[in-house]
This record gives sequence, C-alpha cells and structure tokens, in this order.
Amino acid sequence: MIEPRSGTPGTIDREIPSSLNQLYQEVILDHYRKPRNRGQLDGATHAITMNNPLCGDVIELMLRVEEGRIAEARFLGRGCSISLASASMLTGRVRGKLLDQALELAVKFTHLLHGDEALLSDDDLGDLRTLAGVSKFPVRIKCALLAWNCLEELGDVTDEDRGSA
Amino acid sequence: MAETAEMTDTRRATGAPASDDRPAATGRGDAGAAPGDGAWDLAAIRAQFPILSREVNGHPLAYLDNAASSQQPLRVLNRVERYLRREHANVHRGVHQLSAEATEAYEGARRSVAEHAGTTNPAEIVFTRGTTEAVNLVASSWGDAFIGAGDEIVLTKMEHHSNLVPWQLLAGRTGCVLRFVDVTPGGTLDLDDFDRLLGKRTRLVACTHVSNSLGTVNPVREIVDRAHAAGALTLIDGAQAAPHMLTDVAKTGCDFYAFSSHKMCGPTGVGALWARRELLEEMPPYQGGGEMISDVKLEESSWAQVPHKFEAGTPNISGVVGFGEAVRFLADLGPEAIASHEDALKRAALERLDEIEGLRLYGPREERTAVFSFTYGDIHPHDLSTILDQRGVAIRAGHHCNQPLMDHYGLSATARASFYFYNSPQEIDALCDGLALAAEVFGGLA
Ligand SMILES: Cc1ncc(COP(=O)(O)O)c(C=O)c1O
Repeated sequence: MIEPRSGTPGTIDREIPSSLNQLYQEVILDHYRKPRNRGQLDGATHAITMNNPLCGDVIELMLRVEEGRIAEARFLGRGCSISLASASMLTGRVRGKLLDQALELAVKFTHLLHGDEALLSDDDLGDLRTLAGVSKFPVRIKCALLAWNCLEELGDVTDEDRGSA
Repeated sequence: MAETAEMTDTRRATGAPASDDRPAATGRGDAGAAPGDGAWDLAAIRAQFPILSREVNGHPLAYLDNAASSQQPLRVLNRVERYLRREHANVHRGVHQLSAEATEAYEGARRSVAEHAGTTNPAEIVFTRGTTEAVNLVASSWGDAFIGAGDEIVLTKMEHHSNLVPWQLLAGRTGCVLRFVDVTPGGTLDLDDFDRLLGKRTRLVACTHVSNSLGTVNPVREIVDRAHAAGALTLIDGAQAAPHMLTDVAKTGCDFYAFSSHKMCGPTGVGALWARRELLEEMPPYQGGGEMISDVKLEESSWAQVPHKFEAGTPNISGVVGFGEAVRFLADLGPEAIASHEDALKRAALERLDEIEGLRLYGPREERTAVFSFTYGDIHPHDLSTILDQRGVAIRAGHHCNQPLMDHYGLSATARASFYFYNSPQEIDALCDGLALAAEVFGGLA
C-alpha cells in the first residue's frame, strides 16, 4: 500500500494562475451560484431548449416578446459556471431590447469571446465583458455561447414568422 | 514488507527525469519493457512513454484520462515507424517481398492479440476499428441473421453508448426488445434484476466487463453462466478491461468479446472482436468488398474463411502492427505486475480522495479499477477540468458516453480521473492539489 502523502503543505502551490482569476471572476461565480431570471416564464412567446451533446449542458431560453421587443427573458437548465453565468447575464441584458438589438448583442458577444479586445470598452455588453477571459480557453467558448445560440435560434424562428406573415 | 519497499522505491524512482534515449527505452521490439528481476521500476517504465515527460501549462503532465485513451510507448511507436519505413505494402495480395512482410507483420499481430485474449486460435480474432465497430459488427451480422421481432436482448444501465446504440438500431430494424439490468446505488449490477429479466425470449446478454465511468468490475463469469443457462449468447465489452487484466476469454466463457487498441498502449483506429469460431462461421459478412471474398461473380460471391470474411477492404495495417506490439509490451510488463501497481495506485487514490471534504465518489469500493468518477461541492466538472488543466492534470469531465447511467444517478456530468500502470503516486498528489486550487478559485464550496 502506498502511504498517504506525508504532510508537505508548504510545497503546494496555492497561487491562483492569473488566467484562472480572469476566467472565474467574482461576478461570474456570483451569477453561477445565484442565477438571475432562472425559472419558468409564464406567457412566454418563444422558447427553445438546446444542449451541448459533448458535455451534457442544457439551457432552455424563454422570451416574452411584445411588438418586437423582449419584455422578459428567463432560463432553465444545468451546466458549468460559464454556461450558467452567461445565460443568467443574457436574460438581464436583453430585457427591453428589440429582438434585432438582442441579436446584434449576440454577435458582439461572440466576437468578444473570440478575443476582440476593442469590445471591452463597449458598454452595451455590460457585465458580459467579465466573460472575456473565456477567450483564453477555446474549448470553453461553446459553454459561454450555449444560451446565445438559443437566442439566435429564436431569432431565426421569428424571422420565419415574419416572412410567412 | 516487500510491498512497502517496492513502493518506496517507486516514489524515489519517479522523481527521476524521464528521458527518451535511455537504452532500455529505444525498444527494438524485443527489449525494454520491464526489468527482468520482477521489480516495478516506474521511472524506467515512464521513460518509455515520451509524452509523459512533457509539460502542460508550465507543469509536468499528469495524464489521468486513460479510460478515454492511453499513451503509446516507444516500442509501439518504433514498431509502427519501422513497418512504415521498411515493410509497408498491401496485405494478402501480393507475391512480392514487401507484401509478404506486411502480411506477416499483420498476421503476427493477430497471433499476439489472440494470445492476449487467451485464445489459441488466431482465426477467432477479427480486426475492427475498435470496440465500437466490433459491437456494430455483431449487431449487424449476427443480429440481422439471428434476431427477430419479439426476441429480447438484455443490456445493463451502465453500458457505454457503443454497447447500447448498435442494439437500439438493431431493435429498429428487427422489432426486438431491449431490457436493462438495474444498477445499485453502490454502482454494481443488480443481479437479482438480471435474473428477472432473463427469459425464454432472451437471445443475447451484452454487458460491459468494466464500467468506464464507475470503474466497476462486473462478475462476467457469473453473468455469462446465467445467460447461458437461459439459452442466450453473451457479448462482453472489454474496452476497459483488456488494458488492465488478463482477458482470458475462455475463462469468462463468453461468446463475443470486444476491445480497443488505443486504451491499451496501442494506436487509435484499431481493435478486435473475439468470437468463437463456430459463431463466426455461421455469421454472414458484415461489409462487402475486397479481402473478404473467395470467389466473385457478377451476381453473387462466396466468402473468404474467417476471420477474413469480416475484414473487407484494406485494413489499418500499421495500426494492427502497433496493436500487436502493444499487447506484447503489456505481456512483457506482466499482467500481475500491472495489476499490483494499479491496485496500489487505486488504494492510495481512494484514501486521498476520501479525505477531501465535499468530494463525492461514485462506484463501488471493491471490485473496481482505478477509474474515479466524482463531483466536488458545487463546482461543475468542466470547471474542475479547466482548473486542473492549468496544473497540467488531465482529467475528463462530462457524461463519459454513459448518459443513461448519469441520468440514473441524477447527474448531468462527473469529473473522472482514470489511472494506468504508468501513473505515479505524485500524480495523485497533483490531482488533490489541483482540487484544492479549484476550491480556492471558487472561494470555497457551496
Ligand atoms: C466501456 C467502453 N466501451 C466501448 C468504448 C468504445 O471504444 P472505441 O471508441 O475505442 O470504439 C469505450 C471507450 O470509449 C468504453 O469505455
């Protein structure tokens, strides 16, 4: 039997690498542990569930759209800190926006995650800018985008609605 | 105690830098596995795996994702390179020298893999792309020929998707019915439930030997005996067993056994199906093409002998050659030595993980391999994996192709650390230190 490691706490490197500090900012952990707007949305006009089949994350995004404007947004789902924080921030950020404006925000946010640093001074992104650290972790970009993919899908659906109207 | 001495030695030895060019490691196919005196010289073993000495994110790599895929030793890398540099030609097709050498290398690998699987008959080894294709081969060939509407196939709730989805497809084609043996909260198969599911209509029991997410070693002999008593055939998914234990198929008594090269020190894209000769004889071909025929007319053809009947087209020759070298490498290390080092690692890891507050380990305590699925407080497995990766510790996060099992436990994902014989006690430390770092990053656990 291997003996348990003899006590060498001094050798443990407890310093948090700066890339991790940037990824896991307090705001993000706060949204993860206390998600905003999580729950069923009564009277939703739009809803979609998307998952990430590789990792099992699932987000359902629900919107109540009134005259082209997002009156309320809520979400349900499970996932990692990045996907849930991103969903939580999304719901806060898109409320009151025209659907088209929300879709524009989705494009900007996607660019931010791919490392477009100019967007760090774009106030429209608000708290979402704290997720910019994800750009250093390419495999996690899909986590941050899951809720936004839902939004874009809903945008497509409403386009079809308009087209057929 | 001898064991303690050996371990002390190991701990000292792993501190030594691994190097690619030590004589024991240059591996020309005949030397360099384990030292002959039977001692487990971990440093020498690690030195044979060049990748283990690399750094990741500024830290020594601690590769703990072996259940997904293992690393390859120089002996395998060199053997494949030698094949490609000196021996390559198509197999079974030419009378020229290279074709003869390639064919001999390919068929030599079949003999080695047969030996590893514990069969005396190499014709019972069919090379496939891996476990997945081996199961699909049985589901398509045997399944389509011998399974009809209302027939029943008994699976378990801990199957990897690759021993589940092929049967769902078969059920779609034939109308057969799938039944699932329950898993106990402790992570073992509920054998009473198994008995209840076995019936007159049961044609096949398909079950994993070792669970890829829980590490459970299933009592395959018992399962096979009960299935046979009910008149059913048995398929054992050996993907997670063949790397760690002697896969004596005769001892398990099963009818089909599937395993993958890349989880046992061999290349990707190759694996094997073992099946009893009579069964292979009875089964229709899986795919049609070259290599698998005896005589071809425009309207119909006749088939080559087994196992070639099931190996249509030019096979993954270099992969098979590497696979053969990998099983010889494992044989030279010695299955007992591998098992005892892995057992020591497993006990040490269990002990350390048990000490960590907020860590929940899934799977049984006994009859298990060194595969540890766990959750840690409210930190999601992806986040754990990202944080550990910053410390060079490679673990897997997700459902591990076991979605029904995850659902069974009400989980969407776990973190999984899986060890192989080349892992060191220091890598257990790296894992535990990384978990401490994760708790720090998250400002504690909730
Ligand atoms: C238990 C089990 N069965 C089957 C497979 C599939 O193996 P492969 O992907 O090599 O075909 C795996 C590995 O992923 C496994 O762990």
